Amino acid sequence: MSRPTPEHYVAPFEGNDIIEIDAKQLPDRRSNLWLDAWRDLRRRPLFYAALIVALVVATMAFFPTLFTQVPPNDNCQLPLGTRGPNMGAPMDGHPLGFTLQGCDVYARVVWGARTSLTVGLLVVAITAAIGIPMGALAGFYGGWVDSFLSRIGDIFFSIPYFLAAVVVMTVFSEHKNVFVISFAIGGFAWASLARLLRAEVLQVKNKEFVLASEAIGRSKFSTLIRHVLPNSLSPVIVSLTVSLGAAIVAEAALSFLGVGLGSNVMSWGNDISEAQTTIRTAPMALFWPSLFLTLTVLAFITLGELVRDALDPKARARR
Amino acid sequence: MKSNETVVIPFNEAEAVDPDAPLVQVKDLEVTFKTQAGIVHAVRGVSFDIYPGESVAIVGESGSGKSTTATAIINLLAGTGRIFGGEILVEGKDITGYSQDKMADVRGRVIGYVPQDPMSNLNPVWSVGFQVEEAVRANGLASTRKEARERAIEVLKQAGLGDAERRMKQFPHQFSGGMRQRVLIGIGLAANPKLLIADEPTSALDVTVQKVILDHLESRVHEQQAALLLITHDLGLAAERASKLIVMHRGRIVEAGPSLEVLQNPKHPYTQTLIAAAPSLASKRIKSSTVRDDAPVATDIEFDVARLAAKREEEAAALADAPAAIEVTDLTKIYSIRRGNFRSEPLTAVDHISFKVKKGTTLALVGESGSGKTTAAKMILGLEKPTSGEISLMGTHMSGLSRKGLFELRSRMQVVFQDPYASLDPQRSIAAIIAEPLRVHGVSSRAERLARVNELLDQVSLPRSMAHRYPNELSGGQRQRVAVARALALKPDVVVLDEAVSALDVLVQAQVLQLLADLQEELNLTYLFITHDLAVVRVVADEVAVMEAGKIVETGTTDEIFENAKMPYTQRLLDAIPGAGIDWGA
Repeated sequence: MSRPTPEHYVAPFEGNDIIEIDAKQLPDRRSNLWLDAWRDLRRRPLFYAALIVALVVATMAFFPTLFTQVPPNDNCQLPLGTRGPNMGAPMDGHPLGFTLQGCDVYARVVWGARTSLTVGLLVVAITAAIGIPMGALAGFYGGWVDSFLSRIGDIFFSIPYFLAAVVVMTVFSEHKNVFVISFAIGGFAWASLARLLRAEVLQVKNKEFVLASEAIGRSKFSTLIRHVLPNSLSPVIVSLTVSLGAAIVAEAALSFLGVGLGSNVMSWGNDISEAQTTIRTAPMALFWPSLFLTLTVLAFITLGELVRDALDPKARARR
Repeated sequence: MKSNETVVIPFNEAEAVDPDAPLVQVKDLEVTFKTQAGIVHAVRGVSFDIYPGESVAIVGESGSGKSTTATAIINLLAGTGRIFGGEILVEGKDITGYSQDKMADVRGRVIGYVPQDPMSNLNPVWSVGFQVEEAVRANGLASTRKEARERAIEVLKQAGLGDAERRMKQFPHQFSGGMRQRVLIGIGLAANPKLLIADEPTSALDVTVQKVILDHLESRVHEQQAALLLITHDLGLAAERASKLIVMHRGRIVEAGPSLEVLQNPKHPYTQTLIAAAPSLASKRIKSSTVRDDAPVATDIEFDVARLAAKREEEAAALADAPAAIEVTDLTKIYSIRRGNFRSEPLTAVDHISFKVKKGTTLALVGESGSGKTTAAKMILGLEKPTSGEISLMGTHMSGLSRKGLFELRSRMQVVFQDPYASLDPQRSIAAIIAEPLRVHGVSSRAERLARVNELLDQVSLPRSMAHRYPNELSGGQRQRVAVARALALKPDVVVLDEAVSALDVLVQAQVLQLLADLQEELNLTYLFITHDLAVVRVVADEVAVMEAGKIVETGTTDEIFENAKMPYTQRLLDAIPGAGIDWGA
């Protein structure tokens, strides 16, 4: 076989081959980061499952009477005739049975959602209110501002936030309410959020559009608010949804340890704490609040992860 | 071979191979990628042969499928890519169905590969020596540690690193880009492959380094009598380094043949357009700038670079005595680099530079990376404070200006950055992006802003419907037009173009250059054109200032510089333009 001399090949010319040089045509449907994320979420069954759980819990929190007619603390009147071996068993109108004190488990679970969700949302708000400015300013301005703010963050980071919350709750044992417990948790949990945002801002601030914004004449602070922050928020949003779940757990854990909300406040944590004494006689009193707690936390964490995946075009492409 | 055969049969060098038989035959190759939008055909029916010792170049714009074709040959398709049809014969054996294990045997020993970006292709946490040894062992070239080390040192020596023993212990960050690429070429050739695939091996390097690396690559490949498959977007480079040229467009081969033949006598309209748009062409054609009228499509192309260059030349004379729009005197920038232990060292980024740009003209500030050209531009834009020296814009001195004064001056000078993907805020609509300067500078009425946005979109030839789209929906060229529109929003006198066309494909680049030239004429704009690409300078600049290590080493009109460069550095830059010595046809 001898080597053929290379010939000059010319492909048949198709008329429209080069007319459109800047060939990218606009797609018919609009697209941007958030729209694409929404389109992606819409197609995932897990998203609906998590969303339904979250919505049900939210409805419970806001309109508990839609779910139960039993008042939250009907003096825990144990209906007659249920003492004995069958103590705490479900009966008509009380589908999940009773606690040791004779309270309706179902009613307590429904009413408890409000406390858990309020604490969760408050903690998220506090975390964001402290963590976002700290992280954004530290990352954007750098230099001594960064050193100063980051060291403050590191100090809070070095204190285990749960331990700190226990101390705060013990000190404020006279004023146990959802605000105090939210501050006790959120006031020490913001450092990781600040760190996350700082790292993101460090990356975004080197993009050319930030330089372009300054070249236009925007001030540095205005550039931070208008361009850098909106482009750094997606990991923060994800982290916040996850911390919503974590805050609900923390409240339950504090209540379980007895330093949380007072026993007169209805919360899943309190219920779990109280039910531990009857785990052998009435295990379902422990099971139901735990189940709701787990489902809620799982739903919020799942939502957070789905949103993160949806916001990350690379993660979307991998599926 | 039985299907349950587990013993890997390596390609045997001793196997009698007809030297005239093709080494690699690609037949009707189809490669698809699975994306959200469905299956995308990246390569559609590509066929070509590579003979032993031959050098072949695949040329195309981004998205043409040139890199995909190369990675298909070594079966390293990225992500969801998959060979959908056709076959790839390596020494007569079809490798498309090979397992990863079997393929690993082909890679390195039969086909070597040099990746694109030398900066990210060496692992920063391992020493260079370790990584070369790893490659040597993976290819079964050494069985003992000592042997591997010796072979690795040999590879580094061949890569042109004199003190290879010492270099072995160093880490990638202690190597320059050119040195790293030489190491990667050394790794690619370590096992004496019969074919070396180099995928844009020098696109991340400076022109003068590029030339040295390509010379090195060429001589190494020649030494080992290997064949070379060069993937590049640069027609001149391809023609200079390869004997056979394959031009790809949208996954298909549009033209192929002997390099010079294709370059001088392109037959396919696409190739003709590509050659007409390549700026290095003009460096040869500027004197005889008659545009061919018989080419069917070429005449329709409004952005013929040669015509553009001719027009510039005519105008240059008329502008000789225009007033200075930018005047820079003794500008200096010294950074202090922290060295630890509270010590810092001064680094002079810009060293007493002075130049003038006349109103309505273009000055190109040319230099390689690290020459200080971008720092100079940032100081002129007021984004960095000069250490000393004076900048005056349209007669206003910048030093001593109050914040308010600087803010007002900002409206008279604007900037277009290099990367059209990074310079637009992805979360704002096109209208919001273009209107931002108006908003910041106090055009408060919404209707007024919208009217101006529409006007600007017309000026940069984008449809008005694009106003409500987002940057991620636009192509690179369209985005760069948006960036130009934003820069023009406040009707500035001066526009700084910081590598504004360097990231664009040749054809799009030509379009944007044409747009910039039209706008300059229409609005009497003054351009400060920062670039590393001398070929582009030829067609856009009236005057050129060449920077090296913070200093301006030579200034002159574009013609003076290109025809009669006095400084050896300028001459070196000019010589390094790929394809400069070839007579192009179109």
